[in-house]
Amino acid sequence: MFTETLTGRKKQRHERVARMFFGLMTAAMVIPLLLIVGFVVFKGAPAMTWEFFSTNPRRGGTAGGIWPALVGTLYLILVSLCISAPIGVLAAVYLNEYAKENWFTRIVNLAVVNLAGVPSIVHGLFGLGAFVYALHFGKSILAAALTLAIMTLPVIIASTKEALASVPRSFREACWNVGASRWQTIWRIVLPNSISGILTGVILQVSRTAGETAPVMLTGVATFKAIEGGGLFLYDLREQCMALSMHLFYVRTQASGAPEELSYAIAATLLGVVLLVNTTAICFRVFLRARKKW
Amino acid sequence: MNARKKIEVSGLRLSFGDKEVLHGISFDVYAGEILGVIGPAQSGKTSLLRCINRTIEFTPGARVGGRIAVDGQDVQHVKDVHGLRRKIGMVAPLPVGLPLSIYDNVAFAPRAAGARDRAWLDGHVEQCLRQAALWDEVKERLDVLGTKLSGGQQQRLTIARALSHQPEILCLDEFSIAIDPVTTMRIEDVLKELSRDMTIVLVTNLVQQARRLAARTLFLWNGHIVELDRTEVVFSDSPGDRRTYEYVNGIFG
Repeated sequence: MFTETLTGRKKQRHERVARMFFGLMTAAMVIPLLLIVGFVVFKGAPAMTWEFFSTNPRRGGTAGGIWPALVGTLYLILVSLCISAPIGVLAAVYLNEYAKENWFTRIVNLAVVNLAGVPSIVHGLFGLGAFVYALHFGKSILAAALTLAIMTLPVIIASTKEALASVPRSFREACWNVGASRWQTIWRIVLPNSISGILTGVILQVSRTAGETAPVMLTGVATFKAIEGGGLFLYDLREQCMALSMHLFYVRTQASGAPEELSYAIAATLLGVVLLVNTTAICFRVFLRARKKW
Repeated sequence: MNARKKIEVSGLRLSFGDKEVLHGISFDVYAGEILGVIGPAQSGKTSLLRCINRTIEFTPGARVGGRIAVDGQDVQHVKDVHGLRRKIGMVAPLPVGLPLSIYDNVAFAPRAAGARDRAWLDGHVEQCLRQAALWDEVKERLDVLGTKLSGGQQQRLTIARALSHQPEILCLDEFSIAIDPVTTMRIEDVLKELSRDMTIVLVTNLVQQARRLAARTLFLWNGHIVELDRTEVVFSDSPGDRRTYEYVNGIFG
């Protein structure tokens, strides 16, 4: 009984090899990530003072802080999110819950998938032509945020559709059977049970928005724009703004004589913004999953 | 028996794409009777029920021909399809507890229809749960999620929900497929009770269940009605069609 057989040993060996292989792959993913974060934070730490975060850049970006770029990035994130989240979520609800299966919806779905793969510089060029010139917004926060919103829309639609589709169809049928309308079904059953997935998808898009350089460079981000004074609305939507990603590019490649730790400090700040947003997303998810009902 | 026709089905055809699954079937269901519908899998029993309350519309590619009338009204032309669905309680094969509390599961349909009065809802929820023989097991924990109940309890919750919009017709689609025999017998008792003031269409894969409960039994096979007669005739040694005898006695192959 239970003596070791040849196939049994082989099976165990396979098990060990598979386990090690998958573990190695995980390490191959985690180690570079930790190295990047550690390296950037380590190199940038000396420059990260209160003054660095709270003042305008001086001497062509070679000295001073990043306050306007930090504010600009937050503005771009917020404004583009306010545009893309409602449109994207509502469009996904339509596509997943209402739209009938026919050639038109198939084309729309295909377009959504393909739009998600369009390079960001192409979106930038589109934004430049559509928002800056055709709609006369000029180079502005509004034009840049709109461009970012267009860019994130397809991904928000795709992730929202997935979250909606994860609610079992039997729930919907049970609601229809008792005479509930589609809208009552969506509002009472489908949305409450997919909201955590929807929000996670939306918020994760923010981290992408935060890091984009090419599209905003073409549509509304300036290399230097100081913030004077400290009202609640530090930037006007019709103005240009600075952004961390663009500032990093500028300081590293254009401003001669900038200390090396300055660019790493900017990079670390950008990472911090992204990390903060993603942590919010994870907290949301944990909070809402705890309330998930099945 | 009261001979008023509650549901009239005439020449009902249903196809998905180019595959026809119901080939022009006609029958009536009388008010206050229990009609058993038996037949092997894939013979169109579930689709038939879904045609009656028009949820077949949610299946892409489904095309319905012929006429179904409920209380003399053609279901294809009713103004208020949600009102039609409220008139018909529907119980699916697998229990579906909505991801809401037990109370909200039962109050869902009345609320969807506009009921807001809390005192009335309280009483109504209790009545539906009592009718479905579930009240005594859950009365202490109405705020527990419906999805946390056992399979048999969830099926009774599903029945309570189907009763909650005060239907005049109750359609059960193989309700006992996922529950134990004891619970099945309890629900069968409940159905006998309910049939006093309700019309019941009982689709079942257990032929003996139809024999126990139904006044008349319809044998549906491959989208055709093979036989529709009083249950004792269908289950006798000489029903109208040889295939009925074979199916009922398990010879069918």
